Amino acid sequence: MSSTTESAAKVELVDPRGQRFVAGITSALLALILILGPAAGLPVLIVQTLAFAAASLFGLGFHPWGWIYRTAVRPRLGEPTELEDARPPRFAQGVGLLFAVVGLIGAFAGLTVLFYVAIGFALIAALLNAVFNFCLGCEFYLLGKRLLARSGAGGAEG
Amino acid sequence: MIGLWIVLAAVAVALAFGGYRALTDGRARAVQSPADEVPRLNAARLGDELGARATFVQFSSSVCAPCRATHKLLAELTVGDPGVSHIDLDAEHRLDLVEEFGITRTPTVLLLDDSGAVRHRIVGAARRADVLEALDQVPGARAA
Repeated sequence: MSSTTESAAKVELVDPRGQRFVAGITSALLALILILGPAAGLPVLIVQTLAFAAASLFGLGFHPWGWIYRTAVRPRLGEPTELEDARPPRFAQGVGLLFAVVGLIGAFAGLTVLFYVAIGFALIAALLNAVFNFCLGCEFYLLGKRLLARSGAGGAEG
Repeated sequence: MIGLWIVLAAVAVALAFGGYRALTDGRARAVQSPADEVPRLNAARLGDELGARATFVQFSSSVCAPCRATHKLLAELTVGDPGVSHIDLDAEHRLDLVEEFGITRTPTVLLLDDSGAVRHRIVGAARRADVLEALDQVPGARAA
């Protein structure tokens, strides 16, 4: 016997290998941003922030690194054996966007520590995704919901 | 220069944390508590019937990819077994149970025996071998 509360709504599916590829490029760029620092790394940070924003606000199909994967990498790998739900990775891109924006604020406002902390955490999350296929932001999702419910601001059916 | 050190630190943290998770995720842990304090669940609270022998209660969320893999595995293991049922709950909508059982991550699976007592707990993407072993240890489950 098996039952589920999941709705049978139309679900967007993505190639999980593409998500690993995207996380790999993201990790490399975040490392580059950290090494260049808040001044020289700013252009790269802006590009990565736009990539996070495109994927989280409009859908994973709009992710520029995802586009590189689809046009240059997947044709060499062949069809995926399995597809996965796009919602978790899209949420993860949103978490990345949050960190990137905080990093941008740090860079623009001269808050160097804020810049390094935000981009450092973003790099940890991206590496976990690229190396272990592990989504850090998705874990905090439930903790966030619990905190919201406790503070009385949330918890309603959504 | 400081940026390079932060990169190295981030790599070290990611490898340590990811490595630890890779070793421990999805393992079934027996719930040890005194007989009169065993946490319990019943059909009324779950909104679904308990299995005659055992029940997997899975806490999932929409943003969780390993939840789907775990759902697939448990559905596969229970589909041909009328004595064992699988109830997949959306953790966001059951924050009462999430608080009561201290669920911090999805997927978390509670394995209940025939009386609804929580016997095992699996945090992270469940491993097939661990699930089977835990099910085997549920009293009465082996005999049937």
